[in-house]
Amino acid sequence: MFNDHNHMSLINTEENVNAQTTQKLSGAQAIIQCLIEEQVEMMFGYPGGAIMPTYDAIHEYQNQIKHILVRHEQGATHAAQGYARATGKVGVCIATSGPGATNLITGIADAQIDSTPLVCITGQVHKDLLGTDAFQETDIIDISMPVTKWNYKVTEADEIPRVLAKAFFIAKSGRPGPVLIDITKNAQMEFLEFSYDKCNHINSYLPEPVPSSHSVIDAVSLINNAKKPLVVFGQGVILGNAEPELKMFLDKSGIPAASTIMGLSALNPNHKSYVGMLGMHGNYAPNLLTNECDVLIAIGMRFDDRVTGTISTYATNAKIVHLEIDPSEVNKNIKVDVAVMGNVKHTLPQIIMKTNKNKHPAWRKQFTDLYNKENEKVIEQDLNPKANEISMPEVVNLVSDLTKDKAIIVTDVGQHQMAACRYSRFKQTRSMITSGGLGTMGFCLPAAIGAKLGQPDRLVIGIVGDGGVQMNIQELGTIMQTKVNVKIIILNNQFLGMVRQWQELYFDKRYASTEMLNPDYQKLSGAYGIASQKVTKRSQLKTALEKMIQHDESYILEVMVGQEQNVFPMISPGMSVSDMRLS
Amino acid sequence: MTDELKSNFTLALFSRNRAGILNRITAVFSRIKLNIDSLNVSETENKGVYRYSVKVNSTEKLIKRITKQIEKQVDVIKATYSTDDFIVQQEVALYKIPSSVMLDRIKTEKIIRNHYARVLTMHRDYTVIEKTGHTHETQQLFDELEPFGILEFVRSGPISISKTTQLLSDFNAANEMKSII
Repeated sequence: MFNDHNHMSLINTEENVNAQTTQKLSGAQAIIQCLIEEQVEMMFGYPGGAIMPTYDAIHEYQNQIKHILVRHEQGATHAAQGYARATGKVGVCIATSGPGATNLITGIADAQIDSTPLVCITGQVHKDLLGTDAFQETDIIDISMPVTKWNYKVTEADEIPRVLAKAFFIAKSGRPGPVLIDITKNAQMEFLEFSYDKCNHINSYLPEPVPSSHSVIDAVSLINNAKKPLVVFGQGVILGNAEPELKMFLDKSGIPAASTIMGLSALNPNHKSYVGMLGMHGNYAPNLLTNECDVLIAIGMRFDDRVTGTISTYATNAKIVHLEIDPSEVNKNIKVDVAVMGNVKHTLPQIIMKTNKNKHPAWRKQFTDLYNKENEKVIEQDLNPKANEISMPEVVNLVSDLTKDKAIIVTDVGQHQMAACRYSRFKQTRSMITSGGLGTMGFCLPAAIGAKLGQPDRLVIGIVGDGGVQMNIQELGTIMQTKVNVKIIILNNQFLGMVRQWQELYFDKRYASTEMLNPDYQKLSGAYGIASQKVTKRSQLKTALEKMIQHDESYILEVMVGQEQNVFPMISPGMSVSDMRLS
Repeated sequence: MTDELKSNFTLALFSRNRAGILNRITAVFSRIKLNIDSLNVSETENKGVYRYSVKVNSTEKLIKRITKQIEKQVDVIKATYSTDDFIVQQEVALYKIPSSVMLDRIKTEKIIRNHYARVLTMHRDYTVIEKTGHTHETQQLFDELEPFGILEFVRSGPISISKTTQLLSDFNAANEMKSII
């Protein structure tokens, strides 16, 4: 299990009495050894004073574990998120104390709200300097506390194996989330007798509740007696690897199903049950019919306010069944009638077994009719605009066509994100990586890097706005150095488009600080040695996209799109799902 | 939520002894700008397991939500809440008054006797009196002693015990309170 480190001067072989079970390692070596024990192949980070002993160990173990040098610690967290979301593995970040640690916070908060498993390791000043305002000392445990699933300050080397084992278990079990482990410099430099036991139980922690048998019976009875049932599914399906179970349930029950933004790609959009995306800029039919359905079956989703609109007028005619792993999500926003607790991977089969076969043809026709209305009023114009200017949806749609729906799409936040989520199609799961809960601009570029490094055989395309791309644009340096083959499409409307849209609709067209004077992205790409092209005319678009996809290295395609286009349909803030507007 | 009536709730929380866990618990309240009226923490009969009595004034809907959000914390073993009707509460107050008052004024002795308070310690300069009871009772003693000059006063928050008759061992077994490292 352990590799031969006897040649290393740091290891005291004389005291290494039982080489089979323990070995003497420095705390820093132990950290890396723990990562290897957890099958970590890659980590994302940035060195600095308080983490230098661990970087020295990273150098020593470089044949066993890869370190990706990012250009800013925020980039490390988003890259680790992209990696985790594309692979289902735990993303690992490493940073130094003080500013290195605080720079992780945005990505950790994003991972917390989007349930992404991360283990973040930060260096900390020597334990004797804690609380003295030492150079680069910051209390990252308290700062990260509200945005981590768990965190812990290690001050002694011999705590390292036990604490890291716990960190990985907590990050990936139950509802996943980010864990931060702060390790003082002395703990990295001191020695310990190393042995590693994976953690699979913590007394005070119940990762997966078990459903009560009556909850399954009650749920099935509601489902079987429903005249107009609607399934709404979220990322819980993906996190539980329950895509086949979801499909099986829909195949048998014939119930129409809509996805949250985080659930996208869990179900092939060509599936006969699929009726589109929920939420503020989702599809017309599932939003409107949420208020007509009589039983709403929520599968691994959390009734975010962007999905529900005003809660007092949400699902007004429905009994609600909630399949959920996290007890604190049940009855948080929406009062449910039956809660089936547990991992949907395990609860869905219990429900499928007792669900009657059905087709719901009349009810499904209502979705088709409303889709046709949305198609006529919105989608047709979006995809085949009469204006000369290129639209965001037509670019996204063309990307799906040209990649045969096989690419992993990574987005940033804003109008282009909504276009990407509405118009991308997916052949397989874990193909849409987007910042759903936190809405973090700057997510796309580093997350695309992480996704590609995690799934090197898949085509990874980042779709980003001209605003968001500049928020972590330093990560072009990471692309240059690692030679990671990501394709980035900048949809440039020279505006912070979504804020501008709201200013147009709700702030009397007062465009306060939303117009952007942008750099020359071709020159910028050139400076980093990345191939690029700029498209201004529709006639150039297809060829340019084909060239980008076929290029055997990373590529940046800038597409000039209409400056003042809006994303529709839309549920205005404070309105009900049934008030969704088409224009 | 605003149309729901607010009332007093006492949360009984059990956690492992971990540095920082108190912050994780109080953050659930501060996140929604909910003031904690009183907070008591001490070790339970199980070594390493700590019990928190938290008093807050809010709506039941919100208390339900935050109780679950507290229990979700990895190091929290169990979180429950109850209204005043379902618990027995008690708090302790300590009063330091000049000993001269005790020696010179017959009235102070009568006050202490009437309140079923007791003298904990007596020094040449000061005397410490202890009273257990509800807040309004300890406050009443304070008000009566105040004219004689109180040197120092401290009141614990209330601790509470439920009115259910579940055996402690059953509760502990159900919540894995024993054998916590």
